[in-house]
Amino acid sequence: MGREPLSMAAEPSLAGLYGRRQRPPLEKLLDGGFRYLTLALAGLVAMLLLGILLTVFSGAREAISSFGASFLTSSAWDPVNERYGAFTAIYGTMVSSMLALLIAVPLGVGTAIFITEDIIPSSLRDAIGLMVELLAAIPSVVLGLWAIFVMEPAIRPALRLLNALLGWTPWFNTVPQGPGMAPAILILVVMVLPIITAISRDALNQVPIELRQGAYGVGTTRWGAIFSVILPAAISAIIGGVMLALGRAMGETMAVTMIIGNALNFSVSLLAPGNTIASMLANQFGEADGIQVSALMYAALILMLLTFTVNVAAQWIVRRLSLRY
Amino acid sequence: MSFESTGQRSPTTGGPVPGSVAQSVPFKRGSLYFDASLGRNRFNQFWTVLAGLFATTAVLPLVLVLLFVLIQGGRLISPALFTELPPAPGMAGGGIGNAMLGTLLVTGIASMLAIPIGVGGAIYLAEYDRHGWFGQVVRFANDVLAGVPSIISGVFVYGLIVATRVFFGQSYSAMAGGIALAVLMLPTVIKTTDEGLKLVPQELRWGAFGVGASQLVTIVQVVLPAAFTPIATGVVLAIARAAGETAPLIFTALFSPFWPEGLFNPIASMSVLIYNFAIMPYAPQNQLAWAASFILVLMILAANLLARWISHLRKT
Repeated sequence: MGREPLSMAAEPSLAGLYGRRQRPPLEKLLDGGFRYLTLALAGLVAMLLLGILLTVFSGAREAISSFGASFLTSSAWDPVNERYGAFTAIYGTMVSSMLALLIAVPLGVGTAIFITEDIIPSSLRDAIGLMVELLAAIPSVVLGLWAIFVMEPAIRPALRLLNALLGWTPWFNTVPQGPGMAPAILILVVMVLPIITAISRDALNQVPIELRQGAYGVGTTRWGAIFSVILPAAISAIIGGVMLALGRAMGETMAVTMIIGNALNFSVSLLAPGNTIASMLANQFGEADGIQVSALMYAALILMLLTFTVNVAAQWIVRRLSLRY
Repeated sequence: MSFESTGQRSPTTGGPVPGSVAQSVPFKRGSLYFDASLGRNRFNQFWTVLAGLFATTAVLPLVLVLLFVLIQGGRLISPALFTELPPAPGMAGGGIGNAMLGTLLVTGIASMLAIPIGVGGAIYLAEYDRHGWFGQVVRFANDVLAGVPSIISGVFVYGLIVATRVFFGQSYSAMAGGIALAVLMLPTVIKTTDEGLKLVPQELRWGAFGVGASQLVTIVQVVLPAAFTPIATGVVLAIARAAGETAPLIFTALFSPFWPEGLFNPIASMSVLIYNFAIMPYAPQNQLAWAASFILVLMILAANLLARWISHLRKT
């Protein structure tokens, strides 16, 4: 990023030179035509984003005018009486993605440190890196299938134990019966882990060797260097990666839909079935009609704005807070 | 910070620190050797073990998912799986032939839309407008588009195409599904092509200009071939990702228990089949979901390894 201005100055414009050359009319036409064709295609991308926003917004207009801001705070989802509020889903989106990050960040950053610092042989490091990358390639619906039939039954005894020990707190006061918020959080951890690991790994690899040499030169241990020199130097990129992962977690649909239970009523308990905006969309959009479609579009608009904010913040953090070496 | 606290402790336990400490403590040969019981070394070991534990935990899900998909899905592989239609709910037997064909079709439509648009748009960004305001706006839009949840792309296509029935009065269709997937592929294709074209040495363009090539010829015959590997890597990764996407398809392409009936009718796909059959309360359907997962995962892992292989071609 820091190298950008240099290349800009050293790079004279080639496009202007073509204009100064004597060209046959056909060549001129083809060059110009190709330029405008690619311009149109590039413009299409910007239009696409605008189109998505407009389509979702116009679909949501009916619901926005009839529910207004109370849509955000009401947890009623009642197709019979046509009363809708997305609080349950918004709360579920926030809680599931935040808690998933809480678990995934130490795991991901720890893994990244393990495979960038010189702890294990490089062949083993590359193997772990490759496996984490392949984990990112597994479709979310396959992870959902695995979560339903393998993971959730396997962790249910542990969740039962949690309920028995901490059942007096509101967060664990329901007996786990299968799908629920807790297994959904765990599958989200599996899904965001590769992003956090990959970005942290790149960030750690980009820390200049001189910083490490300096740290080791004054006699620190490996983890002394990691905590006081290497991590601080890489922290902005890591935080950016964590924000990107947060955006992914909030929008993650299939695996969550399959394991969260899609409850319409609100519950604070992590062991009870819950809902997220994305899972509500996946679950109800196909069968909805009338104002329910509009209410779902409203929820989709909220999800879009949430992920947009998070992603822009991520880019801003990477750009503004990065250390200049 | 925690390092500093251990650093203060080490001189008193006999670390090789010169100066003030050396005056009070007589020199011992043993003090030069590694002492595992030192606070800072204990601290070091603790964190190394913890990081190793974290790395193991991170790899564990992949191993477990692959293991179960291979075991549960692998034993169901038979010729009938590829040639037959899925059975009625609750019935055993049958195959997922229509879903495989459907995934190929829908992903094909998406690729046919996203690759030309993406590569073309990226050519504009990298060759004509590398630092201009319009290029930056498009790049920003592309980054935002990359972060748009996949389900939103489904909602968008539903609102734009399915609900308005623009395609011959048809609502759910393979075409709508393909467009929804194309929306998801586009950012990856643009990003990788843009980055790939930027890596092409400027000298190549100068050379082509010098021998009198037109700008179109320079781009198509000199710059694009030079950037083939990064573009191909990005395209393969985008296709692999699209093939596994479910959320944009469930209310655009929908599902169909029959063989594909053209581009403007609902169509089956592997990912939607896995979703539908996984949440059914019938064991035979769940089995088919595992079998479809097996094939889908193999296809996607193969595509990922292919992409890695392509990108290695450049280095050697």
